[in-house]
Amino acid sequence: MWHLITAPVLLPMLTALLIMLPPIHYSPMRRRWLSMVSAAIQLVLAVMLLLQVQQQGLLHYAVGNWQAPFGIILVADTLSVVMVCLTSFLALGAICYGSAGEDEKGSFFHPLFQFQIMGINGAFLTGDLFNLFVFFEVLLIASYALLIHAGGKNKTKAAVHYVVLNLTGSAIFLISLAVLYGTLGTLNIADMALKVAALPAEDMMLVKAGGLMLMIVFALKAAVLPLQFWLPATYSSASAPVAALFAVMTKIGVYALLRVYSTIFGPDAGELSGIAADWLLPAGLATIALGAVGVMASQDFRKLVANLVLVSVGTLVSLVALQTELSAAAALYYTVHSTLVTAALFLLADLIANQRGKAADRLVSGRRVIQPVLLGFMFVLAALTVAGLPPFSGFIGKLMLLQAATEPTNRLLLWSFVLVSSLLVIIGLSRAGSTLFWRISGSDAAGEKAAPLQVFSVCWLLLASPLLVIFAGPLTELSHQAAAQLYDTSATIEIILGQSVSQGETP
Amino acid sequence: METLFACCIGFLTACGVFLMLRGRTFPVVLGLTMLSYAVNLFIFSSGRLTLRGAAVLGTAEQYADPLPQALVLTAIVIGFAMTAFLVILAIRARADLGNDHVDGKLPDAANMKKESR
Repeated sequence: MWHLITAPVLLPMLTALLIMLPPIHYSPMRRRWLSMVSAAIQLVLAVMLLLQVQQQGLLHYAVGNWQAPFGIILVADTLSVVMVCLTSFLALGAICYGSAGEDEKGSFFHPLFQFQIMGINGAFLTGDLFNLFVFFEVLLIASYALLIHAGGKNKTKAAVHYVVLNLTGSAIFLISLAVLYGTLGTLNIADMALKVAALPAEDMMLVKAGGLMLMIVFALKAAVLPLQFWLPATYSSASAPVAALFAVMTKIGVYALLRVYSTIFGPDAGELSGIAADWLLPAGLATIALGAVGVMASQDFRKLVANLVLVSVGTLVSLVALQTELSAAAALYYTVHSTLVTAALFLLADLIANQRGKAADRLVSGRRVIQPVLLGFMFVLAALTVAGLPPFSGFIGKLMLLQAATEPTNRLLLWSFVLVSSLLVIIGLSRAGSTLFWRISGSDAAGEKAAPLQVFSVCWLLLASPLLVIFAGPLTELSHQAAAQLYDTSATIEIILGQSVSQGETP
Repeated sequence: METLFACCIGFLTACGVFLMLRGRTFPVVLGLTMLSYAVNLFIFSSGRLTLRGAAVLGTAEQYADPLPQALVLTAIVIGFAMTAFLVILAIRARADLGNDHVDGKLPDAANMKKESR
């Protein structure tokens, strides 16, 4: 069981390799089944890892038995394992949806998908900043290829922007890592936290520059206001299962922000504690505003959902900027909720677009959808959830985040932005829904019915929302626990570097 | 040595940024390549510049930090793969979109004239 923590990284990699080998690669059915079964096993393993972390507290695994801070370590705390569970849950839904036919529109869909899951899980589990960079690149190169899956002008155009931007981001990431390594002499996150707390005054400015450059990189991945222009085009042009998986990609940026600015530059970091908060709060609030305006202005449904992703990112980044345990707990719950519901909306947008003939997902009058009851019901459920209306998970998420703002100024800002944006989102969604389902013109429906597998995967993601409400008690407790663990930096350092700290004192 | 090294990195970065802001994909790819050279040199220097520093313990008085060398190797490999992918993507974009502009469409003729003046 000690090696369980490596499973979320190794299993997708081995699955991807296995899918590319001849006996499986030549048969589409085998590829699909292997991919789906592996995703299901990954979900089970992730939940087992979560239980293990619950029982034993923070786990760390020295790869190759090279102890921290010299070797690369994997760290599983509650926060990262919850994110891994979320990814596995989402990936299973997206793979099932892709297996209904989308995967055969290009080659190597399943291996690339598995490689991307590997990168995402690795990014969550790593305890080393350079390793984080490596896993970012793994997930990015898989996402580049997945983005142009099935081809088309729009995808190529969006991919050029996406790739160039992310390569620039990687360059900045490396520069900041070099600055931090040059001054701190380590890239292990726990060790860096220790070194930052005892930093000589002359290195202060350099570390600050390095730390803030990291913020730029993560803000680019998370799509925060001045760096968000790539997101709507990229997400709306990607094919549906890919867009659904991309819903978790922006959250990786948020996760990295949370990790770096609460562990390395956290409350114990002396002068450098909270260096990013002054920048992140206004940027996050502005992202919420821009996303809400984007929802109102969108001409097609996929763009609208992409803008909903922006709203959720803005909300999360503002929560990260508050830098309290409460806000981190709210951010975790809201991440789970918003990722699942936006992914479901991306899949639903594809189902609706397939049934509306030429109008596709544009918000103009078009043909009647073939399954108005099924799709309409799913749309209403998703819309109510994402807007945050009472019986669904969005409401609890919003409640937690509104409660997390305790300072008067922050509370005023966050409440007004979040509540007004919710109103705009409701207006935008009701406009979109009434256009998609009620403004009918032309001949009767003639599209294809949704495949059972597609309906299953949308339901899989959507039903998570009622479950998040029913089990809201244990889940909020889990998020509070994760936040407490995240902010208990000294305990983390002691567990990870326990031996090496005592050894370091002797010479 | 430090000044020369720093100027070198600065010059490469400046060229890279300038080229990246151009409108066509080929200069952008070149710009990214230059930027990645600058970044690699910079990572290399983060272990401090020393002359005749051995990387193996117990063979010399002065040691070079081996970690930046390992980091730079990883960064070079990743950067190389990414650049290769970008080149292929740029060629495909040229084929799909009919031109090599990063936005997929050439700016209007009126703007083009202004630029050439």
